[in-house]
Amino acid sequence: MKDLLTIDHLQTFFKTEAGTVRAVDDVSLRIKPGETVCIVGESGSGKSITAMSVMGLIGNAGGKVEGGSIQFQDRDLLKLSRNELRTIRGHEIAMIFQEPMSSLNPVLKIGEQVIEPLMEHLKLSRKAARKRAIELIKQVGISRAEQIVDAYPHELSGGMLQRVMIAMAISCGPKLLIADEPTTALDVTIQAQILDLLRSLKEESGMSILLITHDLGVVAEMADYVAVMYAGKIVEQGEVEAIFANPKHPYTKGLLRSKPIMNQLQDELYSIPGQVPNPLELTESCYFHDRCEQCMAICRTKQPELTTVGDLQQAACWLYEEEKRYA
Amino acid sequence: MSTYFVKRFTYMAIILLAASFLIFSLYALTPGDFITGNIKLTPERKAELREIYGLNKPLIERYLTWMKNAIHGDFGYSLAQQKPVLTLFNQYIWNSFLLAAISTFFTWLIAVVIGVIAAYKQYSWFDTLVMVLIFAAMSIPSFFIGLFLIKVLAVDLKWLPPGGMITTGSNAQGFAYVKEVIHHMTLPVIVMTLLGVGSLTRYFRSNMIDVIKQDYIRTARAKGLTERKVLFTHALRNALLPAITLVGFELPALFGGSLIIEKIFNWPGIGQLYMQSFGLRDYPLLMGFTMFIAVLTVIGTLMSDILYHLADPRVKL
Repeated sequence: MKDLLTIDHLQTFFKTEAGTVRAVDDVSLRIKPGETVCIVGESGSGKSITAMSVMGLIGNAGGKVEGGSIQFQDRDLLKLSRNELRTIRGHEIAMIFQEPMSSLNPVLKIGEQVIEPLMEHLKLSRKAARKRAIELIKQVGISRAEQIVDAYPHELSGGMLQRVMIAMAISCGPKLLIADEPTTALDVTIQAQILDLLRSLKEESGMSILLITHDLGVVAEMADYVAVMYAGKIVEQGEVEAIFANPKHPYTKGLLRSKPIMNQLQDELYSIPGQVPNPLELTESCYFHDRCEQCMAICRTKQPELTTVGDLQQAACWLYEEEKRYA
Repeated sequence: MSTYFVKRFTYMAIILLAASFLIFSLYALTPGDFITGNIKLTPERKAELREIYGLNKPLIERYLTWMKNAIHGDFGYSLAQQKPVLTLFNQYIWNSFLLAAISTFFTWLIAVVIGVIAAYKQYSWFDTLVMVLIFAAMSIPSFFIGLFLIKVLAVDLKWLPPGGMITTGSNAQGFAYVKEVIHHMTLPVIVMTLLGVGSLTRYFRSNMIDVIKQDYIRTARAKGLTERKVLFTHALRNALLPAITLVGFELPALFGGSLIIEKIFNWPGIGQLYMQSFGLRDYPLLMGFTMFIAVLTVIGTLMSDILYHLADPRVKL
């Protein structure tokens, strides 16, 4: 099947006074129609920047796409004009964010905010848009939708607001929904409800989801395909079963070991030693080398390429480059 | 809501009572009075006049008399002008209000427009130019700008009159009168706008910069709204909210007159009258005016609270 979104060698940099931060460096990723792809990584690994680059909103955040291409259906998003990109945003590609409480405008009624994309992209009249907004709010599982449209954001809970954000995002029937840590700011019970909602909406509409998270539990529940990011690069990617059953990259292994397992007694939860490197001080090396338990001489001087390991996954690690050389 | 207003009005009454006492004490305890300054009077005549004006009575009694009359809407009689204080206010305040209202309107209009554009294009050449001009406008004293503009626009170029509210000896009526007043007020309005616009532009610029960074602006863009909608529907309203506090302070400023500007442009406003009364120690007028400003300040803050409630759904009264 043809890909819906193909990110190819994407490079997004931030120029700061201290130097250039290569927030996303040479990232390639593809999303098929109806597929859920998860990007996993710690804070600062570049996963949100990847999403903002796809949305074309990275300029407003102070960064710049320096290289690569983002192919959406038949268009290269990076070559579109600002206005063409704007007609895709909220229409064919929609996005929800981490903090529902601050992501809605505090002085506008919920209804006002939900009808905006309907009027902008589908050219509905105000009256028709309001009717549709009430349907959408019902669809995301909020009862009393007629009252909620006239409520202000501060009158709703975080979970409700995230549902409203989802209603807004799916309002124009997007082909791709980007969800940037949609459950991080919510209570655990609400998290599960929001994930269920996303899954059932996806089944109804057949849209693809690009889910950004640092929570491996969310990945296991939602993903078809996983990309693990570290310091602006994808270090491992593959089918979700393969990654969970047989992680190859030491970082992925570390992440999986540091995830608590239900009903299993553990003395102490594992944590990967050390910290994410300072993005300004990166030199030619495997960026994970100083935290890696299997670090070799070559890891300190040369960067490994993403290579196919096994049938269903790829990893960027010298351990597997070596294997291939001897084979 | 109604409990809020009951509480609020009680506070207002207490504040005004305290203010009246303070104002009265400050003027009454200042050495000297209206009569001391008049060197033509004999000591006997002075004592006689003090008796007539009631200036020899105990302080508390004088305060209570003043308060009693004030509550009944009588702020006393100007000793120098020989007219009721309120009549004088009515005669002069509207002239000051005219200047203040028009220059406040232009100040806010220019500050909002330039502040928003400068914030949106932060660090652009436009923003830098605006910042330089603002600092220039803020650091030049009002009397200098005033005199400089009089020299250039009135004396050298003869475009505008150097002062006054109407041409001396003019008997213009109706539309001609309006035209004449507009002609005369142009210079003072320009100077007052120049003086006020700097800090307010900076204020709106920094508010707008804060708002543009908010998550809900990112959401608005992610919805594919036009930049115009993002700025004016989503950002501007939030950026204007904190300015409501300033609206409360503008109220006394609108009626308070301006000592320096009115002096420079010889504008017959309350500021000039106030200044003049200071020299003459015309205490009933001074006290009345200060009390009037205190009342306006209290009303102004109440107004800004109510406006907050109307503009921001999160604010409950």
